[in-house]
Amino acid sequence: MTVEQRLRQFVIENFYVSEPAELHDDTLLVSGGYVDSTGMLEVIGFLEQEFDVRIADQEMTPENLDSISRMAAFLARKRREAAAGGPTVAAAP
Amino acid sequence: MCGIAGVVLLREALPPPRLEDVGAMIQALGHRGPDACGAYRDRRAALGHTRLSIVDLAGGQQPLANEDETLWIVFNGEIFNHLELRGELEALGHRFRTRSDTEVVVHAYEAWGDAAFARFNGQFAAALWDSTAETLVLARDAAGVCPLYLAEHEGRLWFASEVKALFAGAPGLSRALDPVGLAETFTFWTVVPPQAVFQAVTELEPGHVRRISRGLGTDRAFWTPRYPAGPGEGFQGSLDEAAERVGAALGEAVRRRVLQADVPVGSYLSGGLDSSLVAALGCQARGGRFRTYSIRFEEPEYDETRYQRAVVELIGSEHQELLVRREDIAEAFPAVVEHAERPLLRTAPAPLFLLSRLVRDSGVKAVLTGEGADEMFAGYDLFREAKVRRFWGRRPASALRLRLLERLYPYLARSPVAQRALAREFFGRDRERPHAPGFAHQTRWRPTAALQRLFSPDLRELARTAQVTARLLGTLPAEFGSWVPLAQDQYLEIRTLLAGYLLSSQGDRMLMAHAVEGRFPFLDPELVELANALPARYKLRALREKHVLKRAAASHLPPEIVRRTKQPYRAPDALSFVGPRAPAWVGELLGERAVARAGVFDPRAVARLWRKCRAGSAAAQLSHSDNMALVGVLSTALLHEQLVRRRPERRAAPELGTLVDRLGEWPGSEAPLQRRCGP
Repeated sequence: MTVEQRLRQFVIENFYVSEPAELHDDTLLVSGGYVDSTGMLEVIGFLEQEFDVRIADQEMTPENLDSISRMAAFLARKRREAAAGGPTVAAAP
Repeated sequence: MCGIAGVVLLREALPPPRLEDVGAMIQALGHRGPDACGAYRDRRAALGHTRLSIVDLAGGQQPLANEDETLWIVFNGEIFNHLELRGELEALGHRFRTRSDTEVVVHAYEAWGDAAFARFNGQFAAALWDSTAETLVLARDAAGVCPLYLAEHEGRLWFASEVKALFAGAPGLSRALDPVGLAETFTFWTVVPPQAVFQAVTELEPGHVRRISRGLGTDRAFWTPRYPAGPGEGFQGSLDEAAERVGAALGEAVRRRVLQADVPVGSYLSGGLDSSLVAALGCQARGGRFRTYSIRFEEPEYDETRYQRAVVELIGSEHQELLVRREDIAEAFPAVVEHAERPLLRTAPAPLFLLSRLVRDSGVKAVLTGEGADEMFAGYDLFREAKVRRFWGRRPASALRLRLLERLYPYLARSPVAQRALAREFFGRDRERPHAPGFAHQTRWRPTAALQRLFSPDLRELARTAQVTARLLGTLPAEFGSWVPLAQDQYLEIRTLLAGYLLSSQGDRMLMAHAVEGRFPFLDPELVELANALPARYKLRALREKHVLKRAAASHLPPEIVRRTKQPYRAPDALSFVGPRAPAWVGELLGERAVARAGVFDPRAVARLWRKCRAGSAAAQLSHSDNMALVGVLSTALLHEQLVRRRPERRAAPELGTLVDRLGEWPGSEAPLQRRCGP
């Protein structure tokens, strides 16, 4: 299962999407009404647990998290940083 | 308060109303008025009444009439200035048979017509039948404390205090749920009158009169909220003068509501500023034994016991507490929905349902409550949030202005402002249009409307095309744009939530489920006019809510109550319905077959929600949307079972203490001649 598929399954299950076909990889989750401002806490928790990353406060932005494709790109970037010897665990806020 | 019901013919050729229909309506409203009931009928109309005796215990039976018995009334509520009006009416030559405030309404209508309703200081729903002009007049108080529902069916107009009475009177009336009503509920948290959640039903708007004459109906507003249109308008005095005026007006409002009763009046006490002030003033007005009632919760997030007890100690009331646990909420919830008659997105009405039972069991029939203060004096977080968002929008790059958002929700375990960048996205929407109508409310309406993704595909499409937000914003008064932003926000809050949710689902319905009358000093018309006339800075000073009210309260309450951060009244939501103690009906109603049968929600989406709530309950990881979603789905399912799918057996009215049947006076009628029973 690809990262996008895992993310997609999580969003469908946890934000009770009735028509999964309507949820595209670039659908905006917050402004699209799928995830509310506190629901994003769940998304962050899932990413940290499922993909073994730590997300710093400054990384909790719509640019990183507000769609499946943005989350996938963000995770890929985190992995590249880790492979290049960058910090896998972000500094505590 | 009481229950009223009735029917009027809209076409000439129909047979006269049947007493058994009105009797069934009265029976359906029996919980509202266990003390007596009565009915009136003639060739074209019938009125029914079930009474909760509070004023003129001996002589207040209804229906009541004017001197020559051409004008009949059934009335639900109280007129707190009825003694003043009575004197005025007597001077005009009107003669009274009783001490009842209801009789004042009859003569006031004779004297002043529709203009009478604006002269009442009270809370009411009234139906007046002018048998000479064959005109029915329905009226509802300015704030909308008392409910009044209408339905047309087979050439007749039915009206009643509750929807279930309409269904009892006209069994053929469609019970189908209304897509627009559901879309409104899953946007504004409630329907906005005149919209109802049943297709065949409408609700008379607060502050309105409907006149039905020879088949034609017209609506007219006798009161709508108004705010200063410029700095030269409204209250011009200092803050100290305003606080003094507010204190005096509230004191008088409380005094009227404590003393205008022939039974003891108690008070709810949440421990917040509003109910504490009302309780303290009530105790003063009573000048002796005074009862207060509070809800306690096991969860510290909701519990306010410490503050309640501090107030009790200060005012010396006879206090009763009710500890409400999650399982109590779950157990009461079916009855709560059956009384609310609409979907609910919060469980907050349930503890109030249980508290009204405690009040009734203690022998008290009427209680003061602090509701309305947040609307009139800008107490809600929404007002503070909008102020910050507008302030920040004037300089969007300012990180300091954005950080003001963090001061808004300190009481929430999962704060919507916890992630600053995401909060910027969420609260920053529309910031280029800070004066657009609905700016303040969109942060609440959008996430709620997003729950419509749970709807079945057909309903989702109907809800989408209904465009309820645009519809609501299209009905704003012409002068709306001339008001300051806070006044606009207050107006929309009042328009959407006050009557439709607060005074109904948390007020009238939960109180009257156990025949307890709520009295609302903060909705006293004179106090409301004063509050609306005050400058915005007297109400919301920086981010300090209800500033002028706190100043007025300082001489009545300890500083720890006056200065405490506002804690909105809430109760455990989704977590009441999951876990080992959850009742079996929850799972049954959320099952695929039951969800499909109701046709409102998509069974797959509900299954996902239910799975999430059960899993999330273990770690208490449920968002505000999850909580609203589960409570909304469950309450809608209950509503469907109780009022749509199930057709209760029709039962006759209890014994009528008053029956005026004038059908026999019509030539050629086969009905019995007029008879009168009871006192």
